[in-house]
Amino acid sequence: MQAGRRAIIELRQVEKHYLMGSFLVKALDGITLTVYAGDYISILGPSGCGKSTLLNILGCLDQPTTGEYLLEGRDVARLPDDELSQVRGKRLGFIFQSYNLIQQLTVVENIEVPLYYQGVPEAESRRIATDLARQVGLGERLDHRPTELSGGQQQRVAIARALANDPAVILADEATGNLDSKSGGDILKIFDDLNAAGKTLIMITHDEKMAERTPRVIRLRDGQVVFDSGDAIVRPSAGAALSMKEG
Amino acid sequence: MKFSKTVGDLAVWRLKRSVILGLKSLWMHKLRSMLTALGIVFGVASVIAMLAIGEGASHEAQEQIKNLGSQNIILQSVKPTNDATAGEQQRSLILSYGLTRRDLEQIRNTIPGVEVVVPARQMKDYIWNISHSVDADVLGTVSWYPEMRGRRVSAGRFFTNLEMEDRSNVCVLSADLAKRLFPLSDPIGREVRLQRSYFRVIGIIEGRPISTDAAAGSGGLGGGSQKAKKGGEKGAPGEESTYEMLIPLTTLVERFGEVLMKYRSGSFEAEKVDFHEVTVKINDPDKVMTSAEAIRHLLERNHKEVDYRMIVPLELLRRAERTKQIFNIVLGSIAAISLIVGGIGIMNIMLATVTERTREIGIRRALGAKQRDIVSQFLIETVLLSGAGGLIGVAVGLAIPMVITRFADMLTIVEFWAPALAFTISVVIGVAFGIYPAFRAAGMNPVEALRHE
Ligand SMILES: Nc1ncnc2c1ncn2[C@@H]1O[C@H](COP(=O)(O)OP(=O)(O)OP(=O)(O)O)[C@@H](O)[C@H]1O
Ligand SMILES: [Mg+2]
Repeated sequence: MQAGRRAIIELRQVEKHYLMGSFLVKALDGITLTVYAGDYISILGPSGCGKSTLLNILGCLDQPTTGEYLLEGRDVARLPDDELSQVRGKRLGFIFQSYNLIQQLTVVENIEVPLYYQGVPEAESRRIATDLARQVGLGERLDHRPTELSGGQQQRVAIARALANDPAVILADEATGNLDSKSGGDILKIFDDLNAAGKTLIMITHDEKMAERTPRVIRLRDGQVVFDSGDAIVRPSAGAALSMKEG
Repeated sequence: MKFSKTVGDLAVWRLKRSVILGLKSLWMHKLRSMLTALGIVFGVASVIAMLAIGEGASHEAQEQIKNLGSQNIILQSVKPTNDATAGEQQRSLILSYGLTRRDLEQIRNTIPGVEVVVPARQMKDYIWNISHSVDADVLGTVSWYPEMRGRRVSAGRFFTNLEMEDRSNVCVLSADLAKRLFPLSDPIGREVRLQRSYFRVIGIIEGRPISTDAAAGSGGLGGGSQKAKKGGEKGAPGEESTYEMLIPLTTLVERFGEVLMKYRSGSFEAEKVDFHEVTVKINDPDKVMTSAEAIRHLLERNHKEVDYRMIVPLELLRRAERTKQIFNIVLGSIAAISLIVGGIGIMNIMLATVTERTREIGIRRALGAKQRDIVSQFLIETVLLSGAGGLIGVAVGLAIPMVITRFADMLTIVEFWAPALAFTISVVIGVAFGIYPAFRAAGMNPVEALRHE
């Protein structure tokens, strides 16, 4: 779209089909999308419109049925499993609604998991993880188990873990969905800071207020992009009006 | 990130981390892990213990049989039990039975491959040292008897061919008899009295007179009676004796005649037996069984009634080996079943673990774990589980034979390879039964695994 900005993600006519009995469900129905370095994107849309499906494909957890996906210029739509794992571990960071920490590991150990799979030596990995834990305000709780933390704290561990390998894109699927507004606000504050520091973030949300904070908003319906603000700052009212008009 | 690590270093480091991780996961469910490993513990312990007991039991039986000489065929005279004959014989006052000179001649001349024949005559009488006496077996035999029957002369020497020709009054005492007669002094060079003759002690012989009765009964594993029973032809039945005096056969015949007389329990007994025992050595180990068959036919022709007994140590040995083989097969099956049951237990738990940790697998996959990382993680857990079970099993398996030897007074032998084998099998079981759950874990779709509750 804009010259001079580096495209990190390019989707072209991506479709994802599921077979439900004898019905073919098109969870994604021709998505074309470009994400630039430094983008901060909210994905909105009614339940079942394909947000998670899209994010899973962007996160290389799943592969499109048809279409093209270039991640940092590399075609990842048809990579073998091992290489997909490699891409996930090195270039992508995930944050989930239900935190998804490993229960038998401590805070630092959880942050170290992605480093472990990249073969980062123990001392180095411990140092990186400790630094990240401090950055998200958990420097005092390095050796605590997830069960000893509040939801907000657990989500901050998950953010630190997502940042461990210094990924190109951070993907968050309703990261604040399980949190009260105060803890949710803390998480979003961290996201803002990360983006300010140059990280590319894509987050799914149900909350128009949250979408307000992000410079770019994408709306999905029935597996299709119905609105993309590009890099223009979109007011929530405008977005809502637009989606209402189309509905 | 730049890290100058060699591939080998990385592999070792990864393995170490995986092992630590595996231990953590197992530690999370201590009770479950322990119960799972218990199956392997008992499997391994029972393999080692049963092998040790079996080995110990068959060892004693086989040792005894081997001492009889695997190339030997042993013939013994047996007092006939037939009532009619006994009555007839009683009237003639002298009981005549058993192996004859004719048998011996025919065996020597007609059976192919006969190398040496060791005849022996036996009587039972008191042996005197001054005023001290012991009731003992007197065995008249030939100079090559110890070598043939695998008995060791522990002090002094055995008598020579020359002493046989000279009908010398020399004797060799069994270790027990020597101790009874000369409790405080060295018996060698001293003299003992048998009836009216004096014999010079020239040696001490080791080893129990291996009871052929016991050997005949010990085709199986249970026949390792410690004290050989010598139900000698003239001795009271069931009397145990390891008191034995060996003298040249020629001397025995000359001094005590063809008819052996004995005053015992208030009545005279007289019997005429040419040889109480004959040991035949066959020069070709492969011909022992066929020669034994030929001798059996020969004796059947010569004797109207069965007043002899034939013992083929090789046959006994084969039977003992066969029994041991059967025992080992039974034991191996039991061990295999118990280990497989243990392995199924492990597999069962690992499948449950995989289901329970589906979420964790999804998380790890999302964070960059390859399928093989997941496989190795779960495989390492099963191997740790079964390996730990195996180690404890080895310890228990080594303790059981010790306890049995200590309290049941049974010989047990732990072969050096048995614990190693049992432990290896336990690890192999861990791998074999861990592979399926591990691959099932790795094969899960990451998206679905993450959605799993
Ligand atoms: N594994 C699957 N098998 C069959 N259908 C599926 C599968 N995953 C998703 N779908 C279907 O694809 C469509 C999109 O699902 P998706 O989870 O992406 O929705 P969503 O926008 O994330 O909804 P929500 O806001 O409720 O999370 C839905 O109709 C869903 O039923
Ligand atoms: Mg969703």
